[in-house]
Amino acid sequence: MPRPAAKIRIPARVGSTAELAEFQRAVWGLVSRPLTPGHRMQRRAADGRPTREVAGRIVKPSDRLTALERLEIYNRMYWFRVLDSLHEDCPGLRAVLGERRFLRLAEAYLVRYPSRSPTLRDLPSRLARFIREAPRWTRPHTALCHDLARFEWAQVEAYDGAARPRFAAADLRAADPGRLRLALQPYLQLLELRYPVDDYLIAIKQRTALLRGDASHAPAGLRPGRRSRVPRPRRQACQVAIHRLDGRIYFKRLEPAAGRILRAIRAGRPLARALAAGLPPGRRPPPGAADRVQAWFRTWMQLGWFCRPE
Amino acid sequence: MPANPYNGYTDYGIGIGLRVPHYDHILAEQPTVDWFEIISETFMVDGGRPLEVLDRILEQYRVVQHGVSLYFGSAEAPNRAHLRKLKALTRRTQTPWLSDHLCWGSVDGTYSHDLLPMPYTRAAARRTAEKIRAVRDFLEIPIAVENVSSYAEYHVSEMTEWEFLTEVVERADCGILLDVNNIYVSSRNHGFDPHAYLDHVPAHRVAQIHIAGHTRFEKYLLDTHDHPVLDPVWKLYAHAIRRCGVTATLLEWDDKIPSFQEVHDEALKANAFIAGARAAAAVRGS
Repeated sequence: MPRPAAKIRIPARVGSTAELAEFQRAVWGLVSRPLTPGHRMQRRAADGRPTREVAGRIVKPSDRLTALERLEIYNRMYWFRVLDSLHEDCPGLRAVLGERRFLRLAEAYLVRYPSRSPTLRDLPSRLARFIREAPRWTRPHTALCHDLARFEWAQVEAYDGAARPRFAAADLRAADPGRLRLALQPYLQLLELRYPVDDYLIAIKQRTALLRGDASHAPAGLRPGRRSRVPRPRRQACQVAIHRLDGRIYFKRLEPAAGRILRAIRAGRPLARALAAGLPPGRRPPPGAADRVQAWFRTWMQLGWFCRPE
Repeated sequence: MPANPYNGYTDYGIGIGLRVPHYDHILAEQPTVDWFEIISETFMVDGGRPLEVLDRILEQYRVVQHGVSLYFGSAEAPNRAHLRKLKALTRRTQTPWLSDHLCWGSVDGTYSHDLLPMPYTRAAARRTAEKIRAVRDFLEIPIAVENVSSYAEYHVSEMTEWEFLTEVVERADCGILLDVNNIYVSSRNHGFDPHAYLDHVPAHRVAQIHIAGHTRFEKYLLDTHDHPVLDPVWKLYAHAIRRCGVTATLLEWDDKIPSFQEVHDEALKANAFIAGARAAAAVRGS
């Protein structure tokens, strides 16, 4: 049985900034404590004392609510808000784990890694790390869930990451490839994955759209059964770029060599060395390699992925 | 006193909150709206659609920033990285004033994303005012603090909420974003007279007024922003503008958001009360 935490200190008065800080720690300890399965405040506080007793020392009762009931409103609002936010950001994880297991994972994550950012946008930023550290919440799909958490966070970063002025084709003409360095747009996300979660997320999105259509006017032949699920993807390594065009997010599969070149560019290598990174070590370029690389660069330039290094 | 130092001597009319479901309508139809209030945190990003939309809105409309995460009442020091981003956004929007809540919500660098009620003590007021001054000095624009709706009162409090609000704004020499819906919700939850609250507020510091809808539960009211404004709140609004003068007014509608037109029409109902206040002022002056 876990040992209760140190006794919650509740200052008798708030007469200084230090006492204000202590008071706020005490309230926050109660407000951030996970809810019971019935979405109520736990009976015992973190230090093992009855929550009713601790709440009663902090909060006044009203003519209709006890001190605990008043504090419980904040306890519920906190958890509903942060869980709602993760719920919205993680459709793939929800699909793999199911709603109940996802909520258990999200709660455990937020207990271990409560928000350290003023904005809810950053809430999932450490979820992949938590999944790796605490695999019991996602077993036996930990590797898949880890890929999904990375991918879903990368989408957030791609959506509102910085964009710098594009590198123009004219900038390349007189440049020496041995010294020329390019940079990738900060919003561009490059992922090496163990599972093809890009296809999986697209399938989930399509299914969700169909279910929405089902509620209105979707053709009967297109309606999925309400209980049907998108099959979990099978292990298959792949590389994906998540990028942005006209404010919308797109996924683009990359050949392994293309992924290596882009990562070398991101690492700041000169163009010639970045291109060499695309070759298998110690081998000559296969026939047609130059044409393929040229085609990749043409596409990447068109998509605006390159910018000048800062 | 519509224009005062706390709203940058502006005389804005009736605005609504800029919300995602209305982006397409606003950008395509360019409806006439006095001003939009934006949630600062939504646009404190490095790029992408949020900033593209904002820039297009700024080409056509006046925008005022309203925040939810400065947590003036938290004991800890302001988050400098956050303030730098906020300042960059104020430069982009040219907001004439900036508002956030009179509450706390972060502890030792951990964020609750909630608006937690203050303990109403002199020490808490001093610390809060000190932080408001520091933020204003850094951002170099007027600050208005909004009274929050609350569901709990603390034993340690030494004064009423309106006394605390007054203490803070006088010490900080800042403005007030008077949320009449929040006053009503808290008055019902704590059993005080909302008119007494309004009568105590230093009217000359009111930079802006918020109106919104709330939800009635069996034992308490919850500030949900998912309804039209209810009659008792409109009555409080009428009382507020009689006391404060016709002040920039903003309707908040954040959940179950209906069409743009419905939200705007609801906000424009404030005009009837403004006309009434003007008529009453004219009678008094004649």
